[in-house]
Amino acid sequence: MKKPFDQNAPYQPATFAFKDMAVVAEIISRYPEGRQQSAVMPLLDLAQRQVGEEGAAATPPFGGWIPRAAMDEISNILSMPKVKVYEVATFYSMYNLAPVGKFLVQVCSTSPCWLCGSDKIKQACEKHLGIHTGETTKDGLFTVVEVECLGACVNAPMAQINDDFYEDLTAERTTEILKALASGKQVPIGPQNGRTNSMALGGPTTLKDRVKA
Amino acid sequence: MPKLKIDNVEIEVAPGTSILQAAEMLGHEVPRFCFHDKLSVPANCRMCLVEVKPGPPKPQASCALSCADNMEVFTDSPMVKKARKGVMEMLLINHPLDCPICDQGGECDLQDQAVGFGFDRSRYYESKRAVKDKNLGPLIKTVMTRCIQCTRCVRFADEVAGTAELGMMNRGEESEIGTFIEKTITTELSGNLIDVCPVGALTSKPYAFQARPWELKKTETIDVHDAVGANIRVDARGNEVMRILPRLNEDVNEEWIDDRTRFAYDGLKRQRLDRPYIRDDKTGRLRPASWDEAFAAVTAKINKSKNVAAFAGPLADAESMVALKDLIGTNLECRTDGTQYDVSSRAGYLFNSTIAGIEEADAILLVGTNPRFEAAMVNARIHKTWRNRRTKIGVVGEQHNLTYPTTYIGSGPSSLEDLVKGKGAFADVLANAKKPIIIIGMGAFKRADGAAVQSLCRELAEKFNAGFNVLHTAASRVAALDIGFVSDKLNVEHMDVVYLLGVDDRETLDRIDPKAFVIYQGHHGDAGAMRADVILPGSAYTEKNGLYVNIEGRVQAAKQAVWAPGEAREDWKIIRALSGYLGRALPYDDLAQLRTRIVKQWSHFGQVDTIVPAEWKKFGGAGKVEAQPFTSPIDNFYITNVITRASLTMAKCAETAAENAARHLEAAE
Ligand code: SF4
Ligand code: FES
Ligand code: FES
Repeated sequence: MKKPFDQNAPYQPATFAFKDMAVVAEIISRYPEGRQQSAVMPLLDLAQRQVGEEGAAATPPFGGWIPRAAMDEISNILSMPKVKVYEVATFYSMYNLAPVGKFLVQVCSTSPCWLCGSDKIKQACEKHLGIHTGETTKDGLFTVVEVECLGACVNAPMAQINDDFYEDLTAERTTEILKALASGKQVPIGPQNGRTNSMALGGPTTLKDRVKA
Repeated sequence: MPKLKIDNVEIEVAPGTSILQAAEMLGHEVPRFCFHDKLSVPANCRMCLVEVKPGPPKPQASCALSCADNMEVFTDSPMVKKARKGVMEMLLINHPLDCPICDQGGECDLQDQAVGFGFDRSRYYESKRAVKDKNLGPLIKTVMTRCIQCTRCVRFADEVAGTAELGMMNRGEESEIGTFIEKTITTELSGNLIDVCPVGALTSKPYAFQARPWELKKTETIDVHDAVGANIRVDARGNEVMRILPRLNEDVNEEWIDDRTRFAYDGLKRQRLDRPYIRDDKTGRLRPASWDEAFAAVTAKINKSKNVAAFAGPLADAESMVALKDLIGTNLECRTDGTQYDVSSRAGYLFNSTIAGIEEADAILLVGTNPRFEAAMVNARIHKTWRNRRTKIGVVGEQHNLTYPTTYIGSGPSSLEDLVKGKGAFADVLANAKKPIIIIGMGAFKRADGAAVQSLCRELAEKFNAGFNVLHTAASRVAALDIGFVSDKLNVEHMDVVYLLGVDDRETLDRIDPKAFVIYQGHHGDAGAMRADVILPGSAYTEKNGLYVNIEGRVQAAKQAVWAPGEAREDWKIIRALSGYLGRALPYDDLAQLRTRIVKQWSHFGQVDTIVPAEWKKFGGAGKVEAQPFTSPIDNFYITNVITRASLTMAKCAETAAENAARHLEAAE
C-alpha cells in the first residue's frame, strides 16, 4: 500500500527540532567515521517517537509520524541530500509520513495469518471502530492498516499495536483489546490464549523430562 | 590479467573488467538497461543475464560480475535466452506499450530488446499500474508509467550532475522515480537525463511529437555556446534543426552536453537576419536592401575612411576572422567582452592542463570564475574529479554552489598575493599537491588590471608548479587570439568605421563613437544590429563549415547541417565578396583555399581534433593589482549570446531558475 503523504497539508509543521540533541549525537556516534549517514534510520525513528509522545498528550491524540520538516532536519544533521532521506522514509512501512491514530493497529494478512482467519480480525477491527482499513477513528485513537508478515506466524493470526504484538487473536478478543486500550487499560501482550510464547497449543511435547514439576 | 572464454572465444582482459564489457570487446552485444559506462553499477534490471561456469546453476548479471580466470561464459545459450525472456516479460507487465505515441520510439532500448526477447502476446490479465507524471521543469517531459526503474536518472543526478534531487520513492509495485517534494530539477545538465533514460519515461519537452528519429538528417559538428567546444550531433528535418544531441568525445564533453547546448536551437529560428539592411539617411531606420546596395554603401565608407576597426564576436569561425583580418589589416580586436590580458604567449590564454587533465589534479584553485555557468562541462569534470579523489578545491572570487565542496580563500587579488607569498592554509594544500591546477575565469580579467592579475596567476603557477588554465567563455576567442585578431591599444572611440563580426557585447558597443559608421555582420537581430548602419546577414554555427579552437587549443570543425535563411550567406564568403567591391580581392575562392592559407601561417589549424601544446613563456602585464573583488562574468546561465536571447526555451529555463533561486532564498531565511 502506498503511504499517504501531503507536503502542503495544514498539519505539516514548518520546522522540526529534536528535543534532545545529546541522543541524536549518541546515535550518530554508533557509526564509524565517514558512515554517519547510516544514522538516518534510527533518527527517523527517533523523530517519529518524539512526535508520538507529543501526540499521546494532545487532544485529540495522535500517534507517531514523521513530518516533512523532520526529514529535512535529518538531512541537514547528516549532511546528506534530502531526497536520500525521503527514499529511506518512503521505503520502510514502519515510518508514517502522515498523522495516524494514537494506537496504530497493524493486522497481518499474509498467508499463515490469513489461513488462521486474519480476515475475521480485520473485520472485527473495522466493525468495532466503524472505519475501513487505512482510516483513523474520529477521536484520533485508532488507525487500522493491513501489513505483510510480521514474523509471528506460529501464533497466527496476530496484530501489532504500536510497539507490541498481540497473538493468537480471535475476533472477540480483538474487540476486547481495542476496548481496553481505548479506556486506557493495560492489556497483556503476546499470545492471547494463555500459551507461553510459541509453545504448542496442547502443552509441551518434547524435553518434558527437563520441565520442573 | 584474467583469461576466460566467452561463447567459446578466448579473451584476456584487465582485472576488474565486467563480463558485459568483455563480451562487448568481442562484439557480443549483451542487452542492458541499468548499466551505463559512466555511472555506477547497481545491477537492478537483470536484462544482462548470462550463463557462467563454474558457478551456481543460474544465470548471472554480467554487468556486475568481474571476469575471472578460467570462466566459461555463454551469452546466447538456451538458459540465457529463457532468463532474458522472463525479465522482459516482467518489465512489460507494467509497461504501457504505447510506442506509437512515444517520442522514444525508434531509438528505445526497451523497444529494441522486446523485439529480441519479447513475446507476441501477454499472459498478464490484471490491471497495470499507473504512475503520476512529474514536473521536472521546462525541458524534461515525463511519462512515468513507462519507467522501468533502472535508476540511471537517479545515478546521473548524483554522480555526474552533482545535484542529488531524484530518487526512487516507495517500494515494490509502488516504486516510482521522482523528487518526492514537488520541485523542478536545478541542474544545467538535465537534458542528459533524456539520453540516459533507456525508455520513453524522460523525453525532451521542446521536441515532443516533433519528429521521428528516422526522418532526421544527422550532422556531426561542434557547439559554440561556450568555449569548451562540446561535440554534438545536429538532427535536422528539411532545413530545420529539430534537436541537438551529444557526441562521445572522452577528452572534451565525454557523452554529456549542457542544457544551453542542447535546447537553445529554437533561437536559431527566431530574430534572424535573413537579408541585408541599410540605415536610411532620412528616416534613420533600417530598411531592407540588396547585397549590391549594402556592399556599395560599405565600400563607399571604408574607402573614404582612414580609421577602420574590426571586432570579432564570440561565435565567429576562424575562417571569417582570418578573411576579415586579411581585409582590414589593423585595428583588430576580439576581446569584445571588456577583458584585458596579455596574449603574447599562447600558454597565457589557453587551458593548458586540458579538460581531461583536470581528472589528474589533486588540488584546484578557481580564480574569478563560476565554472558551473561559464563551462558546465568543465564543472562536470571538476565534480567528477572531486568525486573520485576528494580533490581540494579553493575559490578566489565569488562563491557559488558548484555542486562540490570548496574552500573559500578570498574575494580578490590580495588573496592571490597571499598565496604567492605562501600565506594561508590553501597555500599548503597547493604546495603539498602533486598536480595542482589553477583555473582562471574571465572574471579575473574583466578589469583594468587584468594583465597584472594574469602575471600574478602565472607567478602562482610557477611557484607551485601548477597547471595554468584560462577559462574563456567565447567559442571564437582562442582561434582569434591564435591568428592575432588583437591590437595593443585600440581606441574604439576614435574609429569612424567599425566592422562588427557578430559583436553584440555592450562592453564594445557602448564605446563606439555615436557618429561612427557601423557594419554588422551576423545572424541575429540583436544589440549589434540595432546599432548598425549596414547589416550583412551571416550564418549561425549550424549553417556553415568552420573551424573553432576550444579553450584547450583543440582545433575542431563545425559542419553545415542546414542552410542559412533567406539571403544570408556563409560569413567568409561575405567578406570575400566585399573584398572584391573594395578592389582588393582576397586570394581565395573557396573554403579549401582559405584553409590552406590559414594552415600556411598557423600550422596547428591543419591538425583538427588535436591539441598542439603551448610553450611556457613569460607573459602577463606589469602594474599593481587593485583591491576590488573578482566578479563572475555570467550571472544567467541560460541567456548568454544572441542565439540564447532569441530562444523561448532558454527564456523559460531562466524563469524557472529564477523561481528556484527565490524559493531557495526564502527557505534560507
Ligand atoms: S525514468 Fe528512465 S532512467 Fe529513470 S529509472 Fe525510469 S527508466 Fe530509468
Ligand atoms: S503471516 Fe502473519 S505474522 Fe507471519
Ligand atoms: S544491466 Fe546488468 S542488471 Fe541491469
